[in-house]
Amino acid sequence: MASLPPIDLPAGATGEGAFDAPGADDPHRSVRFDYLLRLGDDALILGQRLSEWCGHAPSVEVDLSLANIGLDLIGQATHFLGRAGAVEGEGRDGDALAFRRDVLDFRNCLLVEQPNGDFARTMARQFLFSTWQELLFEHLTASADAAIAAVAAKAVKEVAYHRELASEWVIRLGDGTDDSRRRMIDGLDWTWRFVPELFEMDAIAARAAECGIGADVANFRGDYDRRVRAVLAEATLEPPPGQRPILGGRRGHHSEHLGHLLAAMQFLPRTYPDATW
Amino acid sequence: MVALAQRDETARIWRVLEQVPDPEIPVVSVVDLGIVREVTPERVLITPTYTGCPATEAIARDIRFALDAAGCRQVRIESRLSPPWTTDWISEEGRDKLRAYGIAPPSRRPPECPQCGSPDVEEVSRFGSTPCKAQWRCRACLEPFDLFKCH
Repeated sequence: MASLPPIDLPAGATGEGAFDAPGADDPHRSVRFDYLLRLGDDALILGQRLSEWCGHAPSVEVDLSLANIGLDLIGQATHFLGRAGAVEGEGRDGDALAFRRDVLDFRNCLLVEQPNGDFARTMARQFLFSTWQELLFEHLTASADAAIAAVAAKAVKEVAYHRELASEWVIRLGDGTDDSRRRMIDGLDWTWRFVPELFEMDAIAARAAECGIGADVANFRGDYDRRVRAVLAEATLEPPPGQRPILGGRRGHHSEHLGHLLAAMQFLPRTYPDATW
Repeated sequence: MVALAQRDETARIWRVLEQVPDPEIPVVSVVDLGIVREVTPERVLITPTYTGCPATEAIARDIRFALDAAGCRQVRIESRLSPPWTTDWISEEGRDKLRAYGIAPPSRRPPECPQCGSPDVEEVSRFGSTPCKAQWRCRACLEPFDLFKCH
């Protein structure tokens, strides 16, 4: 970014146009910040995970698909974390939040930080996440936070595309060869226990929903289950048997995998803090 | 007189912007793509196409260069997300340019091969070389082509 010439802006303008950060008297500042971090971290971490496939996917078309989905997610993260930094008002921008926070400060759900595994597991994770994110963003287009509403309205069209692509692979692998079927079953088994966290309404989520900034995920739990089951049925797969849900990502209790991901992602900006393109 | 001068200046800025090519599909301008939302003598309002489109910053930079070169240093560039950009905003002229370049323009109807015009086409991959395109193939002339996705 540093190679770009500065864009002239009048004093005080953020360049975001419509959404100036709420001032210090914003009664919802803390919950607004926390909620934006969750949205931004989900997108950032899954975007980073998908980028690990770059150059390793089973075919060039799949390589392009995964990289492009990753790019969409990192674009979302740029908006959400940039907004979070502005709301916080302590001089941190999106890059500072992405590259200068430690693992315990990340607020993403556990699903997105899970290792890629094989291609089937990556697609199982994408299917479960994108189906959820599409419903979430549909609801967030009505957010009381103008920036969240705008990003959701823009990104929901892209996320629908992610969901379609992942669903097609779940069907193709599930209803495919013995080997692809076994792998998709394994992939769903691995990821299934992280779904309940997507629908957890903890104190922050409840407060965000109450003041209209966030969405009440309970409102689309039924839709989510129906959509997931419909794709699984087409893939001739049964939902995995009941598993013990694993929670904690929203409170910073992460699996060991996130630290390794951050080590790769944050190495360069932390080691060379003044590096520019 | 002031209103007239304003109108002339606005028209001049539009003409400058019509010469700014999209960095990834240089046959179309940022105006053809519907990236420029509003122009006044003080401000150019642009919108990103895709949330993660890496061209977004290059586009703002290219517009800045073009405005500066045309003596419009005072014109601010602002970016706005809402309402979200859609391929419906691509002009007719832009669609013709895309087709001539070998990219099937976005359409609510089934696409046609930009090379031979045949409707006998199939999708190869939902994502192409950029987030805004998918890879297709023509079964009549056997040529692959990019389809600008409807968005």
